[in-house]
Amino acid sequence: MNATLVEAVNDALQTAMAGNDRVVVYGEDVAETGGVFRATQGLKDEFGDDRVLDTPITEIAIAGSAVGLAMYGYRPVAEIQFSGFIPPTFNQLVSMASRIRWRTRGEMTAPMVIRAPYGGGVRALEHHSESLEAAYAHVPGLQVVIPSTPHDTKGMLLSAIEEPDPVLFLEPKRLYRSFREEIPDEEYTVPLGEAAVRKEGEDITVISWGSTMPDTLAAAETIEEERGVSTEVIDLRSISPLDKETIIESVKKTGKAVVVHEGPKSGGFAAELIATINEDALMHLEAPVHRVTGFDVPIPMLGMEDYYLPNPPRIEEGIKRALDLEGGV
Amino acid sequence: MSQLDDQSLELGAPSGSIAECTLSEPEKTPQRYRIVDDEGNYDPDALPPLSNEELKELYRWMVLQQVIDVRMVKLQRRGEMGTYASGRGQEASMAGCAYALEDQDWLFPYGREATALLIQGMPLRDLLLYWRGVEDANKQRKNKVFPPAIAIGTHIPVGVGFSWGMSLDNSDAITTLYHGDGHPSTGEYQAGMNFASVIDAPALFYCQNNGYSISASFEQQTGAKTVAQKGIAYGLDGIRVDGNDILAVYDAVRTAREHVSKGNPTIVESVSYRLDAHTTNDDPSLYRDDEEVAQWEEKEPVSRFESFLKEFGLWDDIDEEAVREEANEQFDQAKEAADAYDSGGVEEMFKYLYDEMPAELERQLEAFEQFLEERPDAYDHIEHRPKG
Repeated sequence: MNATLVEAVNDALQTAMAGNDRVVVYGEDVAETGGVFRATQGLKDEFGDDRVLDTPITEIAIAGSAVGLAMYGYRPVAEIQFSGFIPPTFNQLVSMASRIRWRTRGEMTAPMVIRAPYGGGVRALEHHSESLEAAYAHVPGLQVVIPSTPHDTKGMLLSAIEEPDPVLFLEPKRLYRSFREEIPDEEYTVPLGEAAVRKEGEDITVISWGSTMPDTLAAAETIEEERGVSTEVIDLRSISPLDKETIIESVKKTGKAVVVHEGPKSGGFAAELIATINEDALMHLEAPVHRVTGFDVPIPMLGMEDYYLPNPPRIEEGIKRALDLEGGV
Repeated sequence: MSQLDDQSLELGAPSGSIAECTLSEPEKTPQRYRIVDDEGNYDPDALPPLSNEELKELYRWMVLQQVIDVRMVKLQRRGEMGTYASGRGQEASMAGCAYALEDQDWLFPYGREATALLIQGMPLRDLLLYWRGVEDANKQRKNKVFPPAIAIGTHIPVGVGFSWGMSLDNSDAITTLYHGDGHPSTGEYQAGMNFASVIDAPALFYCQNNGYSISASFEQQTGAKTVAQKGIAYGLDGIRVDGNDILAVYDAVRTAREHVSKGNPTIVESVSYRLDAHTTNDDPSLYRDDEEVAQWEEKEPVSRFESFLKEFGLWDDIDEEAVREEANEQFDQAKEAADAYDSGGVEEMFKYLYDEMPAELERQLEAFEQFLEERPDAYDHIEHRPKG
């Protein structure tokens, strides 16, 4: 089928629920309306009230009950309506979900998925646009997955639901309906923890994920035309666990790298990637690794959010800066 | 005697049956306090002490709320406004509560209470700016209005702490925490209410129970019959009021305010109905039927107040058309002022995060300004990128 990213979410949930009657979908407004972005539309009609539930407004209980439900043997896929509402769940994610297996010495597990639309760019209200994936990736035991295409979205969400450990599945909401892609009707999976090389190149590695992927690809292509260089573009897809191998192999080949993400700069996931590159590929670097990110401020309300978001010109300048610098190790 | 030590610890005959020691909800839902009925009939002895001028003023606020809602939604449809939460159907609930408060009181809103903010002193221009996503609209300290709490429940413990400060200062002010029927489902609400009870905070929990939290009906939100009773477990009083009867709302809040100002946090549950969508992004036809909405249209608060004003003999003094015209002019002026408002450059994103901007943030700002100079084509992406 030819699907948008949000339709791929819906298709994945439908496929998972049809194939496994232990999969339960719930969250705020997910049943009657199909969620504020309609990601769960039609599921209640097909699978009934017991498996598709509207909950009270309580992110704490949504996350906490998913842990319990998963421990008991169900496969909860709970929706947090916007990434800005994940913080109330943080205690449950840190204290419970991420460490159930570890603290019970493998006796119990929490195979659960928390889905949430994340990021800015859709003129949403305050507290609806946060991109704090780096904070969640810092929690040991919690997998953080961020697809950027409809194909990956279906395949990775199905993988996440099959995962024996908890997954935070962040969906780039400004890409929800921005383009379509052909995806298989049948069940398929895309493994978690594996980056995708979106474009092969020789001169510089550009790494991104989720909401900034299309702009990163566009910027890379502009630079190729302008400079006559070839760029390798990597879509991380999972930031925890991290596919270090793909990154390091690429940097060893190109000698230069730029990381692009929407979250704030300081302590952002780019910092982790740059440290990883330094640890494992420093001697191959021909220039410092650059990052193009959001700023160290909250994502502004809609009046100025587009100033905050990295856009193709900013990404182009970041790539050019890395290209123009010489004299690495 | 401490709360724990409410009976002898000596063993002896059992103290009553299990039934006698069991708490349960009242079988009957408590009534909603009401002064004016759906047809405008009222008991003269029950009327709160409001002058004719004040009654007319209440009417003007309700009409202004109607005008704001209609025009904001139109502006949003034309792309001149962001997502907007209409308060149509809740005019009495908003205006009646705020009108009963005192000038020194603080208001902690949650978004759907336009006229309450205006009554407290916030300019209409700033309301428009807020819904346009301009952060300057949150500069309302002098108007004693806290920024709206869009993340549900987050303002509750904060407002409780703020009112705690008031009591520590022996101030006679209170804080009013506006919220909806979904808020009590959150952890912040429960924790904040308990804390308020323990510290005797002068906090008024004002619930506009409008029947729905986005698509979840009140029955899907809680197994309790009322919001007002939520306070019982925490030691708070609760008043349930007909939220479409502005005089009952005014009277209930005035009474509650008196109680609250003595250090008795109180919940007022104003039972109303959201006639419009949750926000301009919502489609209520997916979760409620037209018949239900039509029933509540019949009980719509502005018409009910008009009926009262007719029964009371004040309607002839009111030129409805002129009141509406005046409200529209007020809106026109506010929109003109909002259109003319200079919301500043990119430095606005950076400059209020800390008292003193850290060096790294300064570097980010300078680099961004330099970038915008060098790459003016970036404005094309910023201004013209498809939104959502």
